[in-house]
Amino acid sequence: MAIATAEFNYVADLVRREAAIVLEPGKEYLVEARLLPLARAAGHTDIGRYVRLAQQPANREQRWAIVEALTTNETSWFRDATVFEGFRKELLPRLIESRPAYQPLRIWSAAASTGQEAYSLAMLLTEELGSSRKFEIVGTDISRAVLEQARAGRYTQMEMNRGLPARHLVRFFQRTGTAWQVDPQLQRSVSFRELNLATPFTGLPRFDVVFLRNVLIYFDLPTKQTILRRVRQTMASDGWLVLGTAETTRGIDEEFEHTRLGGLTAYRASAEAPLELTRRA
Amino acid sequence: MTVHAIVIDDSSAMRMILRRIVTKLGFEVDEAVNGRDALDKLNAAEQVPDVALIDWNMPEMNGLEFIQAVRSDPRYSRLTLLMVTTESEQSQIVRALAAGAHEYLIKPFTPDAVAEKLELLGLTAGV
Repeated sequence: MAIATAEFNYVADLVRREAAIVLEPGKEYLVEARLLPLARAAGHTDIGRYVRLAQQPANREQRWAIVEALTTNETSWFRDATVFEGFRKELLPRLIESRPAYQPLRIWSAAASTGQEAYSLAMLLTEELGSSRKFEIVGTDISRAVLEQARAGRYTQMEMNRGLPARHLVRFFQRTGTAWQVDPQLQRSVSFRELNLATPFTGLPRFDVVFLRNVLIYFDLPTKQTILRRVRQTMASDGWLVLGTAETTRGIDEEFEHTRLGGLTAYRASAEAPLELTRRA
Repeated sequence: MTVHAIVIDDSSAMRMILRRIVTKLGFEVDEAVNGRDALDKLNAAEQVPDVALIDWNMPEMNGLEFIQAVRSDPRYSRLTLLMVTTESEQSQIVRALAAGAHEYLIKPFTPDAVAEKLELLGLTAGV
């Protein structure tokens, strides 16, 4: 699945030429993450073939799709506002009601990338819960490089501009030179660890909510099924799963049932699912 | 329903960039070269725009003064104010928000960043 040097160099050169964006060696993970959905959609199982086809003179649109994939759709704060609103207004009150106040809420950001989703959740929970209840957020990703930035909690101005409400910027960040640093207290509520969703999960606590957004697309059906089964095993019996707005468990794992909560579709293990039998934790 | 925006910036290049971005989002766009010009245009307009994208540093009347003027005039109570500026000090952001800006975007920005701020403000073309 990894991209070969020749193909990476071609993509880096194309993006530099067309969009003046520099992809230095070491950014292979980014190219892979952004181009795999395109390759899959075009019927290829590997990125290499997709990139080689793009090099044919007639495939101008494909080249543009590559440029677009690498220059837009960067990780933003509170990505998909309706999801966060649904979480705040509908899901969170249900969680609070169903759990004793001494029990910290545990949330998993399962494709954490550079940390924007995990920190967005932490900001939202800080605002909503105050000191009434503790929470813990675990962010995981397969890429060590993105996790380093997530852990550091340092973001460029361009990254800060992406969907972060100004009142949050003022409350939860400090400017340090040309970058912005996450408030240490907020940082302490979030931890990051390396995790490959395609391999068994170890050492994770039981989660109240799992955010697994825009990541299943990277996997084939049997792997999706395995991931969803393992995710179910990490969830509290009345825990919730949140997928990307265009994603669903239907047709992949029928032991999830969906509930519409405002603008948010959340999934939970159906009462009939043999949870206790499949749980290992 | 079309969303009407007014871009207030003394730089013609910046006005063009913002115009292109918000036009692409389906908004109708008017322009003003400073706060005073923008107030004149608001006064003369049949319909107050939905959102103003406002530079901070401009001759005659700067962005902060424009926001203060708009906030003290009930005719413009429904005008959403987005500051778009190179001023990136935390204290400046706090000042703009305290004066009545609804959101704040720091230059330079990508088109996506503008779209996301407008979405954050509940402004989506066609809604």
